[in-house]
Amino acid sequence: MIDLIGYIFIGIGITFDFIGCLGLVRLPDLYNRLHASIKCVTFGTCGIMLGVFVIHGFTDVGIKAIFCALFLLLTAPVSAHAISRAAHLSGVKPWEKSVCDHYEKDK
Amino acid sequence: MKSRALSFLLAFVFWVALTWSLDWQYLLTGVIISLFIAWAVGDILTRNPWKFKQHARYIWAVYYIWVFIWEMVKGNIDGAYRILHPGLPIKPGIVKVKTNLRSDSALTYLANTITLTPGTFTVDVDSENGYLYVHWMNVETEDIDKATEIIIGKYEKILGKIFE
Repeated sequence: MIDLIGYIFIGIGITFDFIGCLGLVRLPDLYNRLHASIKCVTFGTCGIMLGVFVIHGFTDVGIKAIFCALFLLLTAPVSAHAISRAAHLSGVKPWEKSVCDHYEKDK
Repeated sequence: MKSRALSFLLAFVFWVALTWSLDWQYLLTGVIISLFIAWAVGDILTRNPWKFKQHARYIWAVYYIWVFIWEMVKGNIDGAYRILHPGLPIKPGIVKVKTNLRSDSALTYLANTITLTPGTFTVDVDSENGYLYVHWMNVETEDIDKATEIIIGKYEKILGKIFE
């Protein structure tokens, strides 16, 4: 029973990882692609880690999985800021159908 | 000094949890590495160690974690919907958001929360004037006050109670 719940979590995680990769192909520009790669892939990988924790419980494997998810949650957004800011400073233009760009205005 | 002691404790707890063994060789290695970490970067962990003694902050932190997980799930379902929809219903743009938070850790967590919740991520922080530049996948309003209410209205108060 516990194995089944763990596999369900892992399945959800893999689905979101797949959707994130799909978004990387489908969305129009760098900033929108970052949305897909940061949110969906972080959530998906955390789901997989949670599934591993549910299956293995409080053993060395399970605890390591939980800490991996925690570190991923702390570091993935930071890499998103770094990539998007660097891209904007070096002149990557947003998609031409973008509504507004207040960052460009204030620079 | 208190900051160094706290970072030693934190590093050691992480080490014990990661190795998950009480063998004396692991513990000795952990003590040595934690001491090195405390010596090298311990003084930047916190400037006001007395904040760790106020219990109300921990209660707000637990509440914040639940709010954050719920928003993250909602954000991912929203993002997945926009990616899978054949018409690609997006209206992207970078908007400006005003915040009253001033301390570094509060701003860091606010930026991270914005990044992991529905349709938004932080591009840059102007900590002197208290502005965040947020890329929004589906811009509902360009007005600073309204965008502030929609994007960070829920988290700002809680984070202020935890970190300020």
